[in-house]
Amino acid sequence: MAFFFQELVNGLTIGALYALVALGFTMVYGVLKLLNFAHGDLYMVGAYVGYFVIQWFGGPNAVSIPVPLLLVIMFVLAAGLTGGLGVAIERFAYRPLRDAPRIAPLITAIGISFFLENSALLLFGAQPRIYNTPDFISFSSGIQIGSVSIDAVQILVLALGVVLMVGLRLLVNRTRLGRQMRAVAVDREAAEMLGINVNFTISATFFIGSALAGVAGVMGGLLVNQVTPTIGFIAGLKAFTAAVVGGIGSIPGAMLGGLLLGVAESFITGYISSTYTNLLVFALLIAVMLVRPSGLFGRAQLQKV
Amino acid sequence: MSLDSQPPVAGPQVGADEWVARQAQRREYLPSWLGAGQRRLERVGWWPRLAIAGLAGAALPLLGLGGFQLQVGIDALVIALLAVGLNIVVGWAGLLDLGYVAFFGCGAYGFALLSSNQLGSNGIHLPTYLSVPIVVIGTGIIGLLVGWPSRRLIGDYLAIVTLFFGEAFVEFTNNVAPSKLGGPNGIVGIDPISIFGHQITTNAGYYYLLVVVLVLTMAVLRLLDTSRTGRAWRAVREDPLAAASMTIPVNRVKLMAFAFGGMVAALAGIVFAAQQISVFPTDFDTPILILIYAGLILGGAGSIAGAAAGALVVMVIYDGLLRSPTDSGYLFYGLILLTLVVKLRPWRRLVAVLAATVALGFALHAIVGAISARAVAGGPASTGWVGGALHDWVIVPASSQAAGNWGYVLLVCLLVALVQVKGRWRTILLVPMLYLAGFVWETKLAGQPAITRQLMIGAILIVMMNARPQGLLGARRVEVNT
Repeated sequence: MAFFFQELVNGLTIGALYALVALGFTMVYGVLKLLNFAHGDLYMVGAYVGYFVIQWFGGPNAVSIPVPLLLVIMFVLAAGLTGGLGVAIERFAYRPLRDAPRIAPLITAIGISFFLENSALLLFGAQPRIYNTPDFISFSSGIQIGSVSIDAVQILVLALGVVLMVGLRLLVNRTRLGRQMRAVAVDREAAEMLGINVNFTISATFFIGSALAGVAGVMGGLLVNQVTPTIGFIAGLKAFTAAVVGGIGSIPGAMLGGLLLGVAESFITGYISSTYTNLLVFALLIAVMLVRPSGLFGRAQLQKV
Repeated sequence: MSLDSQPPVAGPQVGADEWVARQAQRREYLPSWLGAGQRRLERVGWWPRLAIAGLAGAALPLLGLGGFQLQVGIDALVIALLAVGLNIVVGWAGLLDLGYVAFFGCGAYGFALLSSNQLGSNGIHLPTYLSVPIVVIGTGIIGLLVGWPSRRLIGDYLAIVTLFFGEAFVEFTNNVAPSKLGGPNGIVGIDPISIFGHQITTNAGYYYLLVVVLVLTMAVLRLLDTSRTGRAWRAVREDPLAAASMTIPVNRVKLMAFAFGGMVAALAGIVFAAQQISVFPTDFDTPILILIYAGLILGGAGSIAGAAAGALVVMVIYDGLLRSPTDSGYLFYGLILLTLVVKLRPWRRLVAVLAATVALGFALHAIVGAISARAVAGGPASTGWVGGALHDWVIVPASSQAAGNWGYVLLVCLLVALVQVKGRWRTILLVPMLYLAGFVWETKLAGQPAITRQLMIGAILIVMMNARPQGLLGARRVEVNT
């Protein structure tokens, strides 16, 4: 039973990470109806930003500032830079195509993703960059419940993930910006006619969504301990899965989808075999899509004529 | 009583077919004499044009192309065949298939399993005339199975399902049944293709085979394009709902596109496997998919000739030109110059920008060189006369890694800024950007062709979609206002 709970905790941690990436993905889909294939690569950029912040402050062995402050700087900087990058991508590549056929921005998004991945390869090289998390956040600083151990990084990831998700939920449901986002998601033209600044709303959505991916990237770096230019693609795939399982465009769906995916992955790895994890996850996704194309929490789309 | 059983009506027909056919003919031509040439070329008819292109392709090795060029040609033809097949799904039926490369893999792996020692105790060595139809039809059926979800999935969901199908293929061949599929080690020792008892074992043989296969496929697809099915595909692409209300069986038509696309990809896979003598899971991964897309988009989705030409151009650049520092230098500066000549009007502005760029370069080089000799110590990475001409123009520090990195980031930022600003500022920004492009090329990109070519593929997709979505050869369809 201890094994079960241990896997559950591990799964929830990874799931929180997936959920954060999936949230940005699903938000962008909500307002633009665009599958942003470049979203996973923003995760990768965030992870690199975190790595360079650690190096900047003396490296993992000799951090020159208090560790909590370091973490705050990592998260804030990663969120800000990836958020800005997301806004720039929208401005540069997606906005001119807003009224083009649906397939055009999708292909552009694939191009952006490929471009970002190879830019990272050019700038940072193919060799993995190691975070060395245990050097500044000790393994023993976690908590132990019976035989289930939860280390400090996992607690951090879970707590921050929950805080961000709750915050996002409040933002979308309670604030003026959130209301504007929902309005744009329902009908962009009608929202524009009602005086909503659509361009600003879409930019803001991209900023928040991309920033979440950046934060998730730092979390991923802390958890997995290494960064390579190709992690973005895998993260993107996982985010798709989470978003689609939850129902694309639905924010609670993305959260639950992410957690579900993380737990499922963890159990498959723990109880069956790590060789087949990805294959089984893909099979799960395709099964969900066949049985419930609108996802577990999504509503069936009405086709407008 | 079904409508299908009625005899065809003589005389002008009004209906989905007619409407789509008329719609397809509304197109824009290039201005002035270019447009006249375009119209004249169209009057020649499609099959003489195809035959001439095929003969020209077949004549190329006679000009004395050596081993390396021949290999580039083979790779380019394989990708062209794939792009032509992808055109059915993406260009005609308008379905974003991100797992297309898996059909290529299915064809290659299918042929490999049927023509090697992999299955059974002594292996299966089916003769070509049996294995090719089995693999092609089998892949077509897989195409139908993958397309099946598209019955219920609208647009974007299909892209995701196919993307995962593509990923699943790579995972599958990597992990499942390593004794049969070979895992990461792939399958080696594949039989050559034999036609009429003659085994093809040389690269030249495969080159000719590919030219023949490509030309035949293009001819068949051209006939398919003008058929009832072809028109149905385009109707579904433009508006599935309108197509459905005009009695086009939308789901069946989509499935057919998947099956046909898969079959063409299987053909490419078979020739690829036989020519390489081996297949590996990584041969069928996402970069190849994006390469095919880049070819299709560059040439123009929706046109057979465009897809083939675009893929050939992309592959010759990707595989051939970018490998040698001399050729890639010509290509890079040539493309920049060409873009400027085409885009910058009037010519006075063009001359001013070029002169300013040249002057800026020499001035910067002289100033920086006077301050620190080390900062200009590294020569340009381009060789040949381009490198010689640039020697006193571009600043290349002795240790150029960090400088190149910052230059690259700055270049991308400038590029984004350039698109955002308008009017005079654009011209002014262009000068430092051109110089920076030269700097980044010489310090960073030219030295890393493997990454540069991937960047080029990504850039093609982004730039083409924003600047000319119909591709270089494709004609823009005139939108009908509703």
